Amino acid sequence: MSVTSLTPEDSKLSLGKNGKEQEAQKDEAFFRAGQWQLVWWKFRRHKLAQLAMVVLGIFYFTAIFAEILTPYDPLHRMKEFAALPPTAIHLRDAQGNIRLPFVYQLKMARDPNTLRPMYKEDTSAISPIKLFVHGDPYKMWGLIPTDIHLFGTDLQADKKIIPLFLLGADSLGRDLLSRIIFGSRISLTVGLIGIALSFVFGLLLGGFAGFFGGLIDEVIMRVIDVLISLPQIPLWMSLAAALPQDWPQLETYFFVTVILSIFGWASLARTVRGKMLSLREEDYVMSARLDGENEWSIITRYMLPGFTSYIIVSLTISIPGMILGETTLSFLGLGLRPPTISWGVMLQDAQTIQTVSLLPWLLWPVVFVVVAVLMFNFLGDGLRDAADPYVT
Amino acid sequence: MVNQESQTEPLLEVTELKKYFPIRRGFLKRVVGHVKAVDNVSFYINEGETLGLVGESGCGKTTAGRSILRAIEPTSGKIMFRDPVLGRVDIAELNHDQLKLARRNMRMIFQDPYASLNPRMTLLEIVGAPLQAMNLDHGKTLEDRVAELLVRVGLRPEYMRRYPHAFSGGQRQRIGLARALAPNPKFLVCDEPVSALDVSVQAQILNLLQDLQGDLGLTYLFVAHDLSVVAHICDRVSVMYVGKMVEMAPTHEVFTSPKHPYTEALMSAIPKPDPRPREKRILLTGEVANPANPPSGCYFHPRCAYVKDICKTEEPTFGEITPGHFVKCHRAGELTLSGALEFGALK
Amino acid sequence: MVENEKDLLVSIKDLRTYFYLAEGVVRAVDGVDLDIHRRETMGIVGESGCGKSIMSLSLLNLVPQPGKIISGDILYYRAGKNPASPNISDVINITKLDPNGREIREIRGNQISMVFQEPMTAMIPVRTIGEQITEVITLHQKVGKAEAREKAIEMLARVRMPKPERVIDDYPFQLSGGMRQRAVIAMGLSCRPNLLIADEPTTALDVTTEAQILNLMRDLQQEFGMAIMYITHNLGVIAEMADNVAVMYLGKVVEQTDVNSIFFNPLHPYTTGLLASIPQLSDAVAHIDKRRLNVIKGMVPDPYSRIKGCPFHPRCPQMISGVCDQEEPKVIQKGPNHLVRCHLYN
Repeated sequence: MSVTSLTPEDSKLSLGKNGKEQEAQKDEAFFRAGQWQLVWWKFRRHKLAQLAMVVLGIFYFTAIFAEILTPYDPLHRMKEFAALPPTAIHLRDAQGNIRLPFVYQLKMARDPNTLRPMYKEDTSAISPIKLFVHGDPYKMWGLIPTDIHLFGTDLQADKKIIPLFLLGADSLGRDLLSRIIFGSRISLTVGLIGIALSFVFGLLLGGFAGFFGGLIDEVIMRVIDVLISLPQIPLWMSLAAALPQDWPQLETYFFVTVILSIFGWASLARTVRGKMLSLREEDYVMSARLDGENEWSIITRYMLPGFTSYIIVSLTISIPGMILGETTLSFLGLGLRPPTISWGVMLQDAQTIQTVSLLPWLLWPVVFVVVAVLMFNFLGDGLRDAADPYVT
Repeated sequence: MVNQESQTEPLLEVTELKKYFPIRRGFLKRVVGHVKAVDNVSFYINEGETLGLVGESGCGKTTAGRSILRAIEPTSGKIMFRDPVLGRVDIAELNHDQLKLARRNMRMIFQDPYASLNPRMTLLEIVGAPLQAMNLDHGKTLEDRVAELLVRVGLRPEYMRRYPHAFSGGQRQRIGLARALAPNPKFLVCDEPVSALDVSVQAQILNLLQDLQGDLGLTYLFVAHDLSVVAHICDRVSVMYVGKMVEMAPTHEVFTSPKHPYTEALMSAIPKPDPRPREKRILLTGEVANPANPPSGCYFHPRCAYVKDICKTEEPTFGEITPGHFVKCHRAGELTLSGALEFGALK
Repeated sequence: MVENEKDLLVSIKDLRTYFYLAEGVVRAVDGVDLDIHRRETMGIVGESGCGKSIMSLSLLNLVPQPGKIISGDILYYRAGKNPASPNISDVINITKLDPNGREIREIRGNQISMVFQEPMTAMIPVRTIGEQITEVITLHQKVGKAEAREKAIEMLARVRMPKPERVIDDYPFQLSGGMRQRAVIAMGLSCRPNLLIADEPTTALDVTTEAQILNLMRDLQQEFGMAIMYITHNLGVIAEMADNVAVMYLGKVVEQTDVNSIFFNPLHPYTTGLLASIPQLSDAVAHIDKRRLNVIKGMVPDPYSRIKGCPFHPRCPQMISGVCDQEEPKVIQKGPNHLVRCHLYN
């Protein structure tokens, strides 16, 4: 047969660096790498995104295991420690000895002039910080009753608590750290559910618009145009304000996420439609049509994989908006309400100048919101850079 | 070489093929005119031969090639194809199922090696896709067939586990070729298959196409704009200008004694790899005509060195001036035009 | 076609431009020596990956990140604006200039100009042709806006643009490919440079338009007395345009000589291989049965690869085992104007 002008030598030429065995194996792995493998390799290079994955992993881990990781029940009011500033952890006791980290008992006294609560350390009562202490009872994920907390202080003999409030307490004596960690359950998942909704609607509507074109396309796109041109926060506010006050929290939560996801699916639908239109004209799609593949198969096998990574990027980038949205709505009293705990709800306590100046640690939830949003942004950046591994 | 005086019917005979694209304006997208991409084109290809389809950008050659397969639906025209199963049928008239059958025997290879392969599928999936979609092979037999095809185009069978990003432009064209050959077709539309390749790779692919034609008895419609390549690989050549076919003849005749002024200008414009100074040169003035708003009469008349009054008002007919040589020019019989030989000495 | 030392315009000596990437080092330009004289057309031939484009960017110190000119000199013999003057007043080493500095910007667009392959991407889509040409003029010449516009129209007329007074206010997307390329050439020539670098300017054009543009460039070269460095992979265009030719492979010049010798007396196996793989019109025209093209076996190797000895040896039909795969060939002079880098001529 007269066909080949390639010889086995030629494949060695294309074997990359030195033609050595190991290099050949590495290259072969590269040649056989599917899309997601390539995306992962590219993603690994983005250092900030790697950091974001770690930090977000920690956040979600603590959210899942909140009950065991927090020293106190978030609803437990300890009136004797209302408005407690963050507890100081000491390593050296009054006698100058070095011990394992511990805290002192605190006695409240009122400042005679301002009537502000002031706390003084009682150096006689020492309570070391221990691991796996018995504390407030709870049911792990609502199922398993136990009372073990990862760290905390032992209950004293007289049932008095020596407080370990790492981030301070609010005006009702509740541990801020515990509340923040429990609050992360709502604040961090609202985004995930929101993008799930966005994904479904965005994909469906964008897909229809891009695939059918014509009138359907026009109508869907104009609706999206209108939605996107509405100012985001006022829209959220008015929709949230329309929710009945007496609804159970779960329903409120769900509808808040629906409201938040509106913008998510609108921009996703646009992305999907754009990609559909451009991929329809690709030569390899035409080749599949000439093969006789049916349209559904063409969409799922040839076109959809082409923009799955864009969808993921678009969704990831809309999560920070949703987190901020929920925080804003709850902060303004329009979203979730106490006793539901979210970072936004917690910030309701920090609305007046007096409160903020007297109890500045109540602003800690802001830090967590900022970090979470930043991390999602880095993650989105990394994903976007890695999204299309076939574009150089 | 093909016997051009063969008495059997051509494998493909296209009559008055038209493809018009509507121009829409305004909010309600009303149709205000048409881009006449392919305008009344007729040609034929005999079995086992290669017909070149040349012309410059916007002439409609790519659209014509795709219309034959109904990858783009033609506006009107007959496409008579001698299908081994269906017999002699008009491709334009076939229903969905018949078309699927016919498409086993008419296949296409594309210009851009980086856009014609789905980057997310392995070679096994890419080359096997037509076999699966057409219900020809499955499972183990499919794998064997893919291996056989890869070897035939000069690639190693173990490459089937790799993805397209592992391959260079030339290798990707081979993969596209393997995919096209999977259902054992008789006819291949080659849409500028070597335009995007380097010179040395181009030579490899051209050789491969020639070898396959000999081994498998293939017939090619070779769409291209590089006239040297066309001269090398084609038995007959047809020239298009702004949607019209202006000349069609055996390669030798087109290059040595063209009958249409545009063909003459093309011959003169080819940069030849010979540094010795040229005697004559024809330089066309003006720009290529706009297919949405073409000139009256003969589309080429504004740029033609031999224009007469009749050319401005009346469109010429595409007629056979000598056996096998077709021209669309009012003055075809009277003009003596220069071929590629006269524009600069050749080795 | 002058080899007179006095007419030397640009002298590239052992230029090396490397790209340091995560996957390895790409030696895009790997030791190139080249001389360009005034009023000559130097053709650079090579396929993808040979480094010709990077070399042209190095000439203007415009190598994109992460590339860098590692070593070598690019000596630019700037004379007075009068090309007839034999006095070479000063020599500038372009590699030593700050890539963002005033000196190199004084040269770019003004004394050494560049025309790219894709006219659509070479022009700003949101500015008119006129604005882009006048910008070049006002950057380098002390003229007012009105005068610059006059010069721009004049330049457009020079490049045989139809209706230049109207086109000057058009946007790039309104023009055809040929017209856009003329506009880009007008931009490049508006300051009458000494050297025009043309990087595949006609590859994207139809053959009849290409013929017009090539003709135009030859005429303008005569008129302006400028040198052209013409980069292409099309040997037909080389035959038409070039006085001298340099053939590049994997970052090195493997053969350099006048255009006649390249076609009728090629020495390097790569050059002969290239010439043999072009389909010849003459054969088709002479009604010879379809012959197979002589191909160069194999493919251009991976840019990260480090090949021992001569980089072409794995594909070379005349490889001498033990020599070509061990030692890199040196440049050998095989005639007054013929250099080749090959062990066959040791």
